[in-house]
Amino acid sequence: MSAPAVAVLDYGSGNLRSAQRALERAGATVHVTADHDVIAQADGVVVPGVGAFAACMSGFDAVDGPRLIERRLAGGRPVLGICVGMQIMFERGEEHGHDTPGLGEWPGAVSVLEAPVLPHMGWNTVSPPDGSRMFRGIADQYFYFVHSYAAQRWDLAADPAGRLAAPRVTWTTYGSPFVSAVENGPLWATQFHPEKSGDAGLVLLRNWLETIV
Amino acid sequence: MSLAVRVIPCLDVDGGRVVKGINFEGLRDAGDPVELAARYDAAGADELVFLDITASSGDRETTYDVVRRTADEVFIPLTVGGGVRSVDDFDRLLRAGADKVSVNTAAVTRPELVTEAADRFGSQCVVLSLDVRRCADATASGFEITTHGGRTGTGIDAIGWAREAADRGAGEILLNSMDADGTRRGFDTELIAAVRAAVSVPLIASGGAGTADDFPPAVLAGADAVLAASVFHFGALTIGEVKQALAQAGLPVRPVGRMSA
Repeated sequence: MSAPAVAVLDYGSGNLRSAQRALERAGATVHVTADHDVIAQADGVVVPGVGAFAACMSGFDAVDGPRLIERRLAGGRPVLGICVGMQIMFERGEEHGHDTPGLGEWPGAVSVLEAPVLPHMGWNTVSPPDGSRMFRGIADQYFYFVHSYAAQRWDLAADPAGRLAAPRVTWTTYGSPFVSAVENGPLWATQFHPEKSGDAGLVLLRNWLETIV
Repeated sequence: MSLAVRVIPCLDVDGGRVVKGINFEGLRDAGDPVELAARYDAAGADELVFLDITASSGDRETTYDVVRRTADEVFIPLTVGGGVRSVDDFDRLLRAGADKVSVNTAAVTRPELVTEAADRFGSQCVVLSLDVRRCADATASGFEITTHGGRTGTGIDAIGWAREAADRGAGEILLNSMDADGTRRGFDTELIAAVRAAVSVPLIASGGAGTADDFPPAVLAGADAVLAASVFHFGALTIGEVKQALAQAGLPVRPVGRMSA
């Protein structure tokens, strides 16, 4: 089997070098790019992102990110969002009293965590649901988080007719519970940084690569 | 289940080489920051800090190269500080692969640097490093900011400056006690508690670690993370021993030990 080809979307946000090297270590061939053809043809696309929701959305819009990602998802082609790259998959981000629209792949808002110390910075545990492929073999591990905002509700109901696989939602608690990872058909996302989560993070990336080829 | 207390070794890097003795068994090159970073990762370090003490700014390129090679090999967070004076310095270090950049004297001289860096790169990668000493009456809190490695007093109140820097967007504070540093007689827990009461960003305590039992009081005083250099480098303590002491005090830690990945 040849190495899966992964494109890391370069829109000016995130430690792209770390994402690239961790994916390579996990077994992928990686291009850091915003080229539409490369993005369309890659086996998997990673959407990174750090900092503010509004700033990330603006950079994402500038490279036509929404259209690139929506096209891939419409075709059932894998996408992995990391940190703010996960947050922008929700309907909107609430920062400093004003809302910024996100991609709206999932309903609901990303809002500030309620905890005495912010950002939530460091290694924390996860509670994945039964059947999680993302956390296969690593459900009891710690992952590295750096963020002050998160989705604190999950409002996407399972398809009542059962034609679509139910999204698998993983939670972490810091002050209160928030969504720390999602596996939803071709769209996976993590609020933490797998590329900074040591061996456990590399296993997670490998778990993703196994699903995309 | 909760956020683990981070245990962070700090490496002093001069001209691309680690200085101060490093006492790991079987190192091929005790001065290679990349090999040491990988060893600390394997030993259970939760993050790494590189302090660039290169005197000549002409040798800066070697620092970027070290950061680049470390970020290529070691998949845990890396903070780099030392001699950071401008937003451009932040940019170069972040591009090389640093996750966070710490700023010290330059922010005291020009506090706007904290604001500018946070606006451009996000608070999560701006670490304010404070070198603090006790002073009889130079400041209201009794704690004073020093610069130039603790040699120069500024008369600036350390607690007030910590609060201002957090308001300006610093996402984390690295608190060095210059009184405790090098004594190996424990952290300055009064200083930690005073800064903790003033700010709501994560706080890394540094200075004074001698034994594993010195670490839990720093966390109980309000530190979210603990940093040490010489006790780790000289082999007096392992990361695992520190984590064991923290766990015995009832504090959450990320277990040491590699996965068979």
